[in-house]
Amino acid sequence: MSGLRKLVDKMKPTFSEGGKLSFLGSTFDAFETFLFVPDTTTSKGAHIRDCNDMKRVMITVVIALLPAFLFGCYNTGHLVGLAGWTAFFYGLVRVLPMVATSYIVGLAIEFGFAQVRKHEVNEGFLVTGLLIPMIMPVSTPLWMVALGTAFAVVFGKEVFGGTGMNVFNPALVARAFVFFAYTPSMSGEKVWFSDWTMMGAQVDGVSGATALEQLGNTGAMTFSNLDAFLGFIPGSFGETSTLAILIGAAILLFTGIASWRTMLSVVVGGLAMGAVFNLVGATPYMQIPAWQHLLVGGFAFGAVFMATDPVTSAQTNVGKYVYGFMTGAIAIMIRVINPAYPEGMMLSILFMNALAPLIDYCVVEANIRRRNKRVKLVK
Amino acid sequence: MSSVKNLKYLTGPLNANNPVIVQILGICSALAVTVKLKPAIVMGLSVMVVTAFANLVMSLLRKGIPSRIRIIVQLVVIAALVILVDQFLKAYVYDVSKQLSVYVGLIITNCIIMGRVEAFALGNKPWASFLDGIGNGLGYASILVTVAFFRELFGSGQLLGFQIIPESWYAADGGFYYNNGLMLFPPMALILVGCIIWIHRSYNKDLQEK
Repeated sequence: MSGLRKLVDKMKPTFSEGGKLSFLGSTFDAFETFLFVPDTTTSKGAHIRDCNDMKRVMITVVIALLPAFLFGCYNTGHLVGLAGWTAFFYGLVRVLPMVATSYIVGLAIEFGFAQVRKHEVNEGFLVTGLLIPMIMPVSTPLWMVALGTAFAVVFGKEVFGGTGMNVFNPALVARAFVFFAYTPSMSGEKVWFSDWTMMGAQVDGVSGATALEQLGNTGAMTFSNLDAFLGFIPGSFGETSTLAILIGAAILLFTGIASWRTMLSVVVGGLAMGAVFNLVGATPYMQIPAWQHLLVGGFAFGAVFMATDPVTSAQTNVGKYVYGFMTGAIAIMIRVINPAYPEGMMLSILFMNALAPLIDYCVVEANIRRRNKRVKLVK
Repeated sequence: MSSVKNLKYLTGPLNANNPVIVQILGICSALAVTVKLKPAIVMGLSVMVVTAFANLVMSLLRKGIPSRIRIIVQLVVIAALVILVDQFLKAYVYDVSKQLSVYVGLIITNCIIMGRVEAFALGNKPWASFLDGIGNGLGYASILVTVAFFRELFGSGQLLGFQIIPESWYAADGGFYYNNGLMLFPPMALILVGCIIWIHRSYNKDLQEK
């Protein structure tokens, strides 16, 4: 390790202020802090810092995503008639180009912007880059993934000032862009299945609607609830297995990285809206049990990994309850009422992202008013 | 009046004083008529004609109108010009006129025209006002055409109705390409206008807010 340290130290003057390659300073900085804990000390402001810096937070989220990712690999192979390790490796090989595309395109833009603006490169994209392939159908063409990623990083993030300043969840911006721009490649019966013939995969004529589309059409699905919970159903790459997502949720909650308030209230909101629809019961879709909504589509994935995004969700504790509840409720409302958008979770999270600052404002103002009143009572 | 100053009336609105991307006026029609290039060009020309002649007429009348009733006089002049343009379009380019539908009539409410009449024509001589109208119309048209160029090229693969992106590229013919459906939605026009503003401001440092 000391050899690496020496190498980095030797290179440092070249990239520092006044060095030959100083214009690549933030790139160098990003790699140095990636390899070593930064040795800079705080010069002003708060001197006690949590050792849990942004890199560690992001890596923890990536670890929490792994169960769903690994299961997605297996399911990709499973859907084209493979079993066991073959299915897993088939899925892994199938999805790696998507992951690579999203990371290469996203990081290139991120590094470019950091260079021009003389910022540090932020680690937020480590998570976004993995989320993007996980919320797209496995057969999405790579150029669409690249275009969606580029759009998300530039218009979802950089125009607002980069990581930590974005209003919308960048991964969902990527999905929304591809969904609205190339609707035929993001919905229908074919796109959920891999089309690569290798390792003996049966790709000819494999097709089938997702559980969401089936429920939307007839109010019933051809999969058992257990299959939907374990994830052996067609859907976006990483979203199918509620079980794997729950393992990820446990990791996030145990490490304290995601807010349990948001997660809980999204689920409660979804169940409440489902119950309301049960009472109305005008269409077969409205009559399905409320808990079934949580098993299918991107609801669980959105609740655990998307709605809890610390940047775009509400910041105050009371705000988190309101934000989560509305997210869950609106997601189910879009699903059930508007058949044109079978996946309501994406739209509802993006919508609530836009409202989150307003919710926070109201909570803070209410608090100030309450305390003002108390001051007057004492006088 | 020197010709240099006159030239400035004409070229100013094209760049540093553009009505759409600097003054942020006339955005509504920029979203509505830019799905295809042809309606955008016709719309740009119509607005240019109306702005120029509204400016000219109002500048000629400027000393005779009591200031309390000037808005209603402006509206009568602009409305008359818009009706003329509408009739002209219906007579000579009927298909485009149908595509533009209500938006030709809505030129009356275009903030650029009223803005130029109020801000410029009422205080300047006829010839300068006329040039100012042409310049602002051109500035508006240039943004419309740029936005429509990208929207038609990537949204439909065509320009002015001619196929630009080869048919063989499309997935339906065995290729890989799909048209970008988002380009056909108005929000994308807003994003494109935003991009133009972004590029424009990074070249015009004095426009950047502190």
